[in-house]
Amino acid sequence: MEIQKKKESLGIRLWKNMKKNWILYVMIAPVAVYYIVFAYTPMYGILLAFKNYKVKLGILGSPWVGLDHFQRFFSAYNFRQLIGNTVGISVYSLIIGFPIPIVFALMLNYLTHHKLKKIVQMVSYAPYFISTVVICGMITIFMTPDTGILNVLRGYLGMESVNFLAKPEWFKSIYVWTGVWQGMGWSSIIYISALAGVDYEMHEAAIVDGATKIQRMLHVDLPSIKPTILMLLILQMGSLMNVGFEKVYLLQNTLNKSAASVISTYVYEVGLINSDYGYSTAVGLFNSLINLALVVAANQLSKRFAGESLF
Amino acid sequence: MRRLKSGNGQASGRNRNHISRSHSDRIFDIVNLFVMLVLLVVFVWPLWFVVIASFSDPNEVWMGNVVLWPKGFTLISYETLLEYKRIWVGYGNTLFYTVVGTLVNLVMTVCGAYPLSRKDFMPRHFFMFLFMLTMYFGGGLIPTYLVVSGLGLVDTRWAMIIPGAVSIYNIIITRTYFMNSIPASLQEAATLDGANSFQYLMRVVLPLSKPIMAVIGLYYAVGHWNDFYTALIYLYKEDLMPLQSFLRDMLMSTKMTLNNLSGMDTATVELKTHLAQTLKYSVIIVSTVPVLCIYPFIQKYFVKGVMVGSVKG
Repeated sequence: MEIQKKKESLGIRLWKNMKKNWILYVMIAPVAVYYIVFAYTPMYGILLAFKNYKVKLGILGSPWVGLDHFQRFFSAYNFRQLIGNTVGISVYSLIIGFPIPIVFALMLNYLTHHKLKKIVQMVSYAPYFISTVVICGMITIFMTPDTGILNVLRGYLGMESVNFLAKPEWFKSIYVWTGVWQGMGWSSIIYISALAGVDYEMHEAAIVDGATKIQRMLHVDLPSIKPTILMLLILQMGSLMNVGFEKVYLLQNTLNKSAASVISTYVYEVGLINSDYGYSTAVGLFNSLINLALVVAANQLSKRFAGESLF
Repeated sequence: MRRLKSGNGQASGRNRNHISRSHSDRIFDIVNLFVMLVLLVVFVWPLWFVVIASFSDPNEVWMGNVVLWPKGFTLISYETLLEYKRIWVGYGNTLFYTVVGTLVNLVMTVCGAYPLSRKDFMPRHFFMFLFMLTMYFGGGLIPTYLVVSGLGLVDTRWAMIIPGAVSIYNIIITRTYFMNSIPASLQEAATLDGANSFQYLMRVVLPLSKPIMAVIGLYYAVGHWNDFYTALIYLYKEDLMPLQSFLRDMLMSTKMTLNNLSGMDTATVELKTHLAQTLKYSVIIVSTVPVLCIYPFIQKYFVKGVMVGSVKG
């Protein structure tokens, strides 16, 4: 009785709110419809991961196969390779790509030449806006054996021409270091602004104590931006199993494929190229469940160590 | 992250000249300057090389003689590019997707962000949760593809616009801006004057939100301009393809322009092969110039956008 009364009053309150603010409800309606159609309806399609999809029978009518698709994936000949490449690329990216923008921001912060500082900053952001297709195109052209500029330069230095993109052992490094080139300026913005917020009195005190710039960097700046660093680190750890599709797909070729196939490209291949819908959905689901678990774990870590959380 | 202030980190640079520098600091400054100059070269040279190679004699580029400066200045690769109809079809399509897509994005973002910024909008927490959940979990490629194809959008222009009609990140950034940068007292005043929510939004909130509209508008526009994935998944028809799809074919394949070579003498064949390489540089320039041209002007807005986004809503 009590609960019903409460519920009713909630309904009435909502109704009153709708009458008063009907414009706001009308505004949010298309956005809500968008999310229901393009984000929540696909979630129902996840059922495919447990079914043998037949176009004629539809998602609901297709026969159940239980966990067959998952078993097939776990025992696939390239299962270890896919997981290894995905985790390998993201761990490599994290180890290299995470600290570099921090060091860059710290060094930029101590650059005495202000005009140069502005120029370096501006130039370093630019690659971020170049499309992945163009970046991968540049990589491919630059690394062309014999005539690519990189191999031309190697030739000037007396080194042999190398077909970098045909060698699986080069793939991760190419992926990660070009990523650093493209993203380090952009990622440093947040640290640069955090450094701008460091209390200058602390620096003055350190200078009075005779601290050198490197000591100030390590003992004043770094501790001050620690919360920002921690927060971003945890966020990145949450996407450890999430290697972007585009760049890997574009740099992939038949020769480097053993190093250049990750879960997202595999999902695309078996799903849209081979039309193996159920299996592709299962692999995708496996990946997003791990991602979800990582985000939740990272969030808990963030709550505990940085006092910040996403949700 | 709430502590972040915008600015350019100049605080620590102040008074520097008045402080007598120790030996160690001087070494540090020199090393720092050197590293920054090297970085400058690392950032600029690849882009510079693309520019000079596109203006150079294809044979010189092929031989590896072009490194720092154009050799045998020519517009031949740009002239050849003009004959590639596919590129210009792609250009037109991308312009359409960028303009229409960004307009749809902006309208949808405001429609989502404005009600969520109003404290008197009762179900705001519910909708916020509904939208934000999609950041962490989704149906994945095939289920989403089936929805889009079920709606009959596959292989239509709308496939490039509707499935990505709004982004939750930008809704959050915009909502934060509405809440923090527009005084609540304005709404009371507007209500007293008899304006309804929509009039208030159009006449007060949006005119005051030009900076954030510029930022997210540019985010969306660059996203559309550079979008390759959506077309890969949803489009099959050649004449609907965006620029990036053509770029991909052109930049990643070695076969291009090597057809129709029979019946030509070796010098022509050689020039054609070499031209194929410089053509790639000029197509990169042609496709990237619109973004890089406006870049210096909008750079400060992008930076501002990162700042607003870093303040949790």
